[in-house]
Amino acid sequence: MDQIFVTLKSGILDQLGRFLPDWALVVHSVLISITAIAILGPVTMMYLTLLERKVVGRMQNRPGPNRVGKWGVLQPIADGIKMLTKEDIVPLRADGVLHFLAPVLIVMPALLVFAVIPFGRNMTPVNLNIGFLYFIAVSSTSAIPIFMASWGSRNKYALLGGMRVIAQMISYEVPMVLAAVPVLMLTGSLSTNDIVTAQSGWGGLQWFALTPWGFAGFIIFFLCGVAECNRSPFDLAEAESEIIAGFHTEYSGMKFALFYMAEFMNSFTVSAICTTLFLGGWQGPGFLPSWLWFFLKTYSLIFVMIWFRGTLPRFRIDQLMGLAWKLLLPMTLANILIAGFWHFTHGWIKIAGSIALVIASYEGLVRLNQRYTPEKRVYTFAE
Amino acid sequence: MIIPLEHYLIFGAVLFTIGIYGILVRRNIIGILISIEMILNAVNVNLVAFSRSTSASPETGQIFAIFVIALAAAAAVVGLALVLALFRVRKTVLTDEITLLKW
Amino acid sequence: MISEMQTGIQIGIYLVMALSVFAALAAVNLPNIFHAALAFIGTLLGIAGIFISLRADFLALAHILIYVGAVMTLVIFAIMLTQRLSDPNVRQHNNLSAPAFLGGLAFLTLMAKLIYTTPWPVKAAGTVPHVSVMDLGQALMTTYVFPFEVISVVLISALLGAIVIAKKDPL
Repeated sequence: MDQIFVTLKSGILDQLGRFLPDWALVVHSVLISITAIAILGPVTMMYLTLLERKVVGRMQNRPGPNRVGKWGVLQPIADGIKMLTKEDIVPLRADGVLHFLAPVLIVMPALLVFAVIPFGRNMTPVNLNIGFLYFIAVSSTSAIPIFMASWGSRNKYALLGGMRVIAQMISYEVPMVLAAVPVLMLTGSLSTNDIVTAQSGWGGLQWFALTPWGFAGFIIFFLCGVAECNRSPFDLAEAESEIIAGFHTEYSGMKFALFYMAEFMNSFTVSAICTTLFLGGWQGPGFLPSWLWFFLKTYSLIFVMIWFRGTLPRFRIDQLMGLAWKLLLPMTLANILIAGFWHFTHGWIKIAGSIALVIASYEGLVRLNQRYTPEKRVYTFAE
Repeated sequence: MIIPLEHYLIFGAVLFTIGIYGILVRRNIIGILISIEMILNAVNVNLVAFSRSTSASPETGQIFAIFVIALAAAAAVVGLALVLALFRVRKTVLTDEITLLKW
Repeated sequence: MISEMQTGIQIGIYLVMALSVFAALAAVNLPNIFHAALAFIGTLLGIAGIFISLRADFLALAHILIYVGAVMTLVIFAIMLTQRLSDPNVRQHNNLSAPAFLGGLAFLTLMAKLIYTTPWPVKAAGTVPHVSVMDLGQALMTTYVFPFEVISVVLISALLGAIVIAKKDPL
């Protein structure tokens, strides 16, 4: 059961090997992985929309979509047909090339990052030895299509939304990478496979999130991940009550669906990377197959994201920036220090030193974040 | 090295030349900045190609490329800040309209 | 089979080179500065591909992360802030095109002649070891630790300087 997908793939390759030369087999092996990802991405997206609408619906005390199929399971397909048949509207003064290319390009990084995610034991599509860096680098390029969309639409709301997205993505990328640094530091590797293997102790439960520094890193990484894919409460980019729909104001039909798809695939990959780094990836007690563990953890993180959306109000832009630069960034730096201390000392020094570091960084953080209030000035007038 | 070193060097030289051409013909300061980045990238291509083929310690070229990237980032940040400050004061980013030292 | 694959990879590398040179030409010649910046992103991605062909994977990804993810984002940000949304017809080039083109051509010929006449001490294929991320890190922390620290000082001063220069009100 554990290796079902691996066996399936090698079985298909064996059958093909009867009448194909060796080099074609290599190509087909790659093609099978690509096909699996290309199916997984959109299907994940379609059912995440349904999941989100259902969960948010329950939170708001209404049933959610329940007309198409049993419990609304066919709703995403109906939505897809609706999107495909909608009229494609391009604004008159829009920059045609950019307006067309942006939705095409924004799906690319979202799909590309699937390549390094370890879905299960022996189930990493490409085992890069710099997998995590690949994830960060590729997902950072998704700022460019958003720029193209917001500039190409020739719409002030789109432009404002684009500006907000970029400011947010640049700011939150910094604490996101720094929150992952302790994991990379202690694993000594950037490969996603090695990171998962490093958490295999205690019968598959030695997750990094179960150590003090790992827990802090996990929370920070997850928050930054939520901000990176522009989900609420960080969805200033498409704040409906302020700037209509942000950078995709001028998109309709399938192009809009592509933006939507990229957003949902991003939230899936961010949850998956978070699982890989901090929640032990596909590791877990042996009664469930490894890929099931992986998807369980990932979907529970996605559920938390939806929960955020159902619960929290939207940030203001200065609060958003302040959170990233004044709170998360210093916290990650302190976390790196504490992780090193925790790992390389022993006995009571470890506990006492870590607690001292936590208290010191807390004090420093509070001091630095104090609002500047000038002393009350007393004017004495000459009479 | 799958293709000969000279081809990488020619590629670098072509990029370098295009960058210089861009610096000479662009009126927009941001365009000039882009061309400068292109020149730095051309140099990086050469450094990495050398590190792969001729160097005694193979990591040297890559480390120099990392330094070049870091310096290019710093240069771009300061340059863009200057452009923004200039735009705020003079309302233009075209080089031949910024003739502060002429009267 | 091996040689066929190698030819394929060679063709791929030349294709990437041609595409990035094409994108670079577009980046200096396009009249719309926003399109030029996007074309330059194409060049950057092509250069990252060249790095991968030289087996510098870490460098290629760091290059994409820093250039496409940060530097070009900043450049496009600056373009958005300085360009009015409705000024498509400002001339973006001065009158130096012809002399610059000739000068560039002369420079390129000179460089090509130099490159082809210099006897490069190229080592035989397969003798240069693969540089892993760990090798890079060790070199950065031992041999090159001083320039590394200097770079960090340069970066922090550039950051502060940029903030001071671009700040709206004087400090």
